[in-house]
Amino acid sequence: MAESFKENQLELASSSQSLPLLSALNAQGLTAFSAAAVPDRKTEAWKYTSLTHLTATTYAPAPQAALNGQLQQAASIDGLNAARLVFVNGFLNTELSDALALEQVTLFSQADAAQQTLISEKLGTVVAQASGSSHLFNDLNNACTRDGVLVHVGKNQQLQQPLQISWLTSSGDSAFAVNSRLLLVLETGAAATLVEQYDSDDAAQVSFTNALTEIVIGDNARLQHYRLQLMQEEALHIGSTHVDLARDSQYRAFHLALGSRLTRNDVVINHNTGGSHSELNGVYIPQNQQLVDFHTCIEHKVPHCTSDEVFRGIMNDKAKAVFNGRIHIHPQAQKTLAELSNKNLLLTNSAEINTKPELEIYADDVKCAHGATVAQLEEKGLFYLQSRGISKKEAEVMMSFGFINELLDALPDEAITLLLRPVLARRFGRDQSLARHLLDETLAGEPA
Amino acid sequence: MISIKNLHANVEEKEILKGLDLDIKPGEVHAIMGPNGAGKSTLGNVLAGREGYEVTQGSATLNGKDILALEPEERAREGLFLAFQYPVEIPGVSNLEFLKASVDAVREHQGKEALDSVQFLKLAREKCKAVNLDASFLKRGVNEGFSGGEKKRNELMQMMLLEPQLCILDETDSGLDIDALQVVAEGVNAMRSAERSFIVVTHYQRLLDYIVPDYVHVLANGKIVKSGGKELALELEEKGYGWLENSDNGAE
Ligand SMILES: Nc1ncnc2c1ncn2[C@@H]1O[C@H](COP(=O)(O)OP(=O)(O)O)[C@@H](O)[C@H]1O
Ligand SMILES: [Mg+2]
Repeated sequence: MAESFKENQLELASSSQSLPLLSALNAQGLTAFSAAAVPDRKTEAWKYTSLTHLTATTYAPAPQAALNGQLQQAASIDGLNAARLVFVNGFLNTELSDALALEQVTLFSQADAAQQTLISEKLGTVVAQASGSSHLFNDLNNACTRDGVLVHVGKNQQLQQPLQISWLTSSGDSAFAVNSRLLLVLETGAAATLVEQYDSDDAAQVSFTNALTEIVIGDNARLQHYRLQLMQEEALHIGSTHVDLARDSQYRAFHLALGSRLTRNDVVINHNTGGSHSELNGVYIPQNQQLVDFHTCIEHKVPHCTSDEVFRGIMNDKAKAVFNGRIHIHPQAQKTLAELSNKNLLLTNSAEINTKPELEIYADDVKCAHGATVAQLEEKGLFYLQSRGISKKEAEVMMSFGFINELLDALPDEAITLLLRPVLARRFGRDQSLARHLLDETLAGEPA
Repeated sequence: MISIKNLHANVEEKEILKGLDLDIKPGEVHAIMGPNGAGKSTLGNVLAGREGYEVTQGSATLNGKDILALEPEERAREGLFLAFQYPVEIPGVSNLEFLKASVDAVREHQGKEALDSVQFLKLAREKCKAVNLDASFLKRGVNEGFSGGEKKRNELMQMMLLEPQLCILDETDSGLDIDALQVVAEGVNAMRSAERSFIVVTHYQRLLDYIVPDYVHVLANGKIVKSGGKELALELEEKGYGWLENSDNGAE
C-alpha cells in the first residue's frame, strides 16, 4: 500500500510543469520524496499514528470546483474585520476573496523580480532547518508546489487588518489531493495577525490536504497566528508550520484541530536569535473514529529566549490523539526559559491518548518546566453541578467545554473566541439541548 | 417536609451513619451540631445523592417521596438543596452559565415559566447584591479562585435563585468574619417561610444568635444523640460534646 501511495503521489508530482522559480525546489522535493520511506508503526515519530487510511486511497489531481454553499458564509468570521483570501481545492477563488487581501499577498506565479528573489531566498529554508522534525510530506509538498502564497510585510509595517486565508476543499468526482504552500515574511519591526482556516464543505468527500506554512519573523517583529483545522470527517490532513524567529521577535499562536479522519500537525519553532519569545497554545478534540496527532518542537538554539506552550485535548467516543511536545535546548542556549503543559481528558473508555513531553537539554543554566496529564471528568465537579438540578449529561458537556474554555477565553482576538465557542460547544453537546447554555449569547457576551 | 428513619450509610465500606432519625416539618429550622467526624457532612451528602455514599438501611422521604431512589439532579429538582461545606471549584465553567442551567432545570421540572436570559441576568445580579458578592463573580469560573467566604456566599446565592423547599447548610458559617456571617444569616432569614425548612449544620452557637432554630440536635457517632430547643446550643457551647457522646439514645 505504501508503495502504491508513493507511486500515485510521484505521478501527481510530475503531472504538471514547474514554474522556473520553483523548479529547483520541485526537483529537490521529488528526489527526497522518492528516496523516503512511507512511515509505519516502527517509525518513532509515527508510532501511534497509522497512515493506513491515507495510503489506501488513490488520489486524483485536485479539481477546480465551486463551493456547495454552506462554507461561503461559515468561512467569514463575524467581527474580525479580516481581509480574506479563499482557496478552493488549492485554487484561488477571487470572487470570495477580498480586494484588500489580493493586494496584500502575491501568488508565487505572479511575483515580480524582487519578490522572486525573496521567494528563492526563503522558500524551503525554514522547513529545512528542522532536519529531525521534517518528514516526507514536507518533501512531497516541495515536489508538488506549483504555486503558493507569499505574504511579505515590510520593515516596520503593520497589517491593519488580520489576514485570513481559508484553505477549503469542495467536491470532486473521486478522492483528490491538495498541496498548499504559504510563505510569510515579516521584516524588522513588522506586525501581523494571520488566520489560517482549513475547512471542507462536503462531508462525504475524501480529500488529502498536505499544507506547509513557512514563517520568517524578523528582528522585533510580531505575529499572532491562528491555525484552525475544522474539516469534515472524511478529510485527511497533514499540516506543517515552521517558524524562524529573529532577535526580540514574537510568535504567538493558537492551533486548533477538530476535523478530519486523520490529522497530523507538526509545529516547529526555531529560536534562532536571542530575545525571541514564542507562545504556542493548542486544542484538539477528536471524536468518533478520528485521529489527531500533534508533534511540536521548540528549538532553542541561542541564549535568552523564552517559550511557553500549552495544549489541551479532549478525546470522545473511539477517537485517538497523540501529543509529542519536544523541547530541544542546544548547548549554547543558556538562560532559556521553556515551559510545556499538556492536559488531556478522556470522555470514554475507548478513547485514547498518547502524550509525551520530550526534553533534550544540553545547556545547564536553563529553566524548563513540563507536565502532561491524562484524566477523566472529575466526579466531584459533576456531582456539584448535578446537585443543582443539572442533568449528568449536561454537566459533562459543561465541564468538557470548561476544560478548554480557558484557552479559548485567552485568545487576543475576541472574534475568534466568538467564532469557536459555538463550534466547540456543539462538539460536546451534540444534542442541541445539552449545549444551549453554552450557546446563550446573552450570557456569554455579558460584560462583567 | 423531610422524614429520615433509621438511616444507615457506609462510606468506603465503613459505617458512618448508624441509625439516624430526623423529622422536619414545613417552616422549621433545625440546627445540627456535633463533633468533627460525627457524620454531619455525610448526612448532607447522602441526602443529596453523592456517589460512594451507600445507604444500607432506613429511609428518607421528602414530601412523602422516597428521595434515596432519585438521581442527585432529581433531588435538586424536587426542592432539596445542599450548601456544601467545601464548594467545588470548576475552572472554565462560567458561573453565570452554570447558574442559568441550574435554575432552568429546576424551574422546568417544577412547571414554572422559564426565565429568559435578560430576566435571569437581572435576577442573578440582584442575588449577588443580596449576598454582597460583586457581579463580576458571575463571569468567573464556578468557585474558581474564590476565597472561602466568597464560595459560601456563592452557595447562598444559588440557594436564593433556586428557592428550594429544604435547605441544608453545611457549616456555611465556618471561616466567615462577623460581617459575612450576618449577610448569610440575613439571607437565610429572608428565605424563612411557612413552606420552607432548613437544616443548619454549625459548630458555633453564634450563628444561632442570628438564625434562631426551632430545634437543636447533637449528631455524634452517626446518630442524633440529643435533641432540644435553642437553649441546647448554649449548653453545648458551655459543656462541649464529651458528656453526650457515649449516651446511646439521648434523643427526646
Ligand atoms: N468521601 C469520604 N471518603 C472517606 N471517608 C469519608 C468520606 N466522607 C466522610 N468520611 C468519613 O466519615 C466520617 C464522617 O465524616 P463527616 O461526615 O465529614 O463528619 P462531620 O461533617 O460531622 O465532621 C469521618 O470519619 C470521615 O473521615
Ligand atoms: Mg462536615
